[in-house]
Amino acid sequence: MDMPATGGGFADLVQDDRVHTALYKDPAIFDEEMDRIFKNTWVWVGHVSEVPQKGSFKKSWVGQQPVIVTRTKDDEIHVLLNRCRHRAATVCEKMKGKTSVFVCPYHGWSYGLDGKLRAVPHSSVYGEDLDKSQFPLVSLRTEQYNGMIFATFKDDIEPLEDFLGGAKKWIDLFMKQGAGYPVKVLGEHQFRFGGNWKIQLENTTDAYHFPIVHKTFLDSLDAETENVFDVLGQGGWVEDLGNGHSLMVMIPDLVDLEENLDAPIPERFAELAQELRDEGYEDLEVRRIVRAVGGGGFNLNLFPNVACSMAFFRVLRPVSVDETEIRHVAIGMDGGPEAGNRMRMRLHEHFQGPMGFGSPDDAEGWERVQRGAASGDDLWIMVNRGKEPLVDHPAGEAVTDVSAETGMRAAYQMWKRMMSA
Amino acid sequence: MSTLEQTREPKMTEPHDVIPLADACAFIWREAEMLDQQDYKAWLDLWTEKGIYVIPIERDETDYASALNIAYDDAGMRAARVKRLKSGFSMSSAPSARTVRTTSRFVVEPGEDGVTIVRCAQMLVEFKFERTRVVGADVVYRLVRTEGGIAMDGKVVTLLNSDEPLWGVGYLF
Repeated sequence: MDMPATGGGFADLVQDDRVHTALYKDPAIFDEEMDRIFKNTWVWVGHVSEVPQKGSFKKSWVGQQPVIVTRTKDDEIHVLLNRCRHRAATVCEKMKGKTSVFVCPYHGWSYGLDGKLRAVPHSSVYGEDLDKSQFPLVSLRTEQYNGMIFATFKDDIEPLEDFLGGAKKWIDLFMKQGAGYPVKVLGEHQFRFGGNWKIQLENTTDAYHFPIVHKTFLDSLDAETENVFDVLGQGGWVEDLGNGHSLMVMIPDLVDLEENLDAPIPERFAELAQELRDEGYEDLEVRRIVRAVGGGGFNLNLFPNVACSMAFFRVLRPVSVDETEIRHVAIGMDGGPEAGNRMRMRLHEHFQGPMGFGSPDDAEGWERVQRGAASGDDLWIMVNRGKEPLVDHPAGEAVTDVSAETGMRAAYQMWKRMMSA
Repeated sequence: MSTLEQTREPKMTEPHDVIPLADACAFIWREAEMLDQQDYKAWLDLWTEKGIYVIPIERDETDYASALNIAYDDAGMRAARVKRLKSGFSMSSAPSARTVRTTSRFVVEPGEDGVTIVRCAQMLVEFKFERTRVVGADVVYRLVRTEGGIAMDGKVVTLLNSDEPLWGVGYLF
């Protein structure tokens, strides 16, 4: 392993203000991460709206392990390993859908949506040697918070709500983007980049890069909207929320989408507002919907694999030490006006995904980090920006500058805790 | 009448409504060269004002406006996209991957209101950072006759892997 010669193991690779380059490129460290982190914490697998009905399912992952998220006829959500208990074939290769049973295509073993093994073809040959109750699809412990579904391999882990802790309040604020309707997934962009998963994890609370990397996105906005996206200049902040979670508020005015409803409607939403009025929505409701459609003003980064990022869920999946898959999940209003959801999708397409005005430049930047980390084996990644708390900031005594690397430090301290355990 | 004869029966459309295969091919190949050479300003001029450029995600989608797409560009978004790609400030497009594309398997059919529908296959090879990738796509063009020749009134590029993870794309399909 490519480690500094201090003899302290993984703990020595993370200091208060820097992390060692080996964290990006050592395959042995990656293997340990998959075991010590992704098999030992709550990992996001989906949103309830992705399994909307009894019999709905979607494929997902916990770390590198393929799983299926299901909703049973009893309306329970299960997370099952996507692996037949006979000879390991996947039992589901459809991204999402509805079914009453998963049938292994190899020898026809069939499983219910709760994972129970229902039928085995020609089972008489087993005689007494097959107790079907002993061979269900492996079911992971699963809990939800405000529509977000998490699963874990660690049966005795603390409850999800305890793990989320200070992040819960921000999840609740994030879900106000439903404008009073339940939040619904509208679709997702998927892309991979040639770099370690923690490079993306760092990025979600990195406001410092925004005006540089996303200059062409900012240039594509009208003047009024460009001011809204002046992320460094509005008194925002970054905060360590514990357990590796962190918060970056870039647009304080958009923290609570149910406030300031009497503010003038921005020009770019004038057409939508008129369409909603024409559909018969009351003025207050129009304002509420329009403000929600515009999205939130903060990124909430939940260790290790999901963020509530302004207007979408950002999900990472480690593929290998130098390959990571990203999903940018668009959300909207379940049962809300279609015009509002259409605009949400157009705004999402504008920045996100393989051909958005933002994501390709993020992906390129992250790949450049991985390429650069190929040299300087003994060098460190610096995350020392903005360590001092802000003085007299309205958000409290523990917050740091909006462009501080506080969120990265929080994540790496959690990494250190889990990798040293 | 046999099924074979039925399929051979010509459609009842006025001949002048449909752009001939050779003209359609020449237009599409010219467009392909523009895109490979990143002559994007000239590419903008190939469009009608109301034409939409779509890179869908779901392969069986028909109502693109009501779905999330990889790209859904009206004239304003196309112009903004070209400005971004040519600005020199987007690291994924300055430079972007190099591309070479071919189009073939053309099928020309009459559409409504004088529009000619051209369906074809596109094979694109891109190269950047020591990595070569091949992207196949089904492309559907809506072509119309204009005073200047032919214009695109719509282009839908359905990538073979549109519903699987892609990567940062700094050019146009």
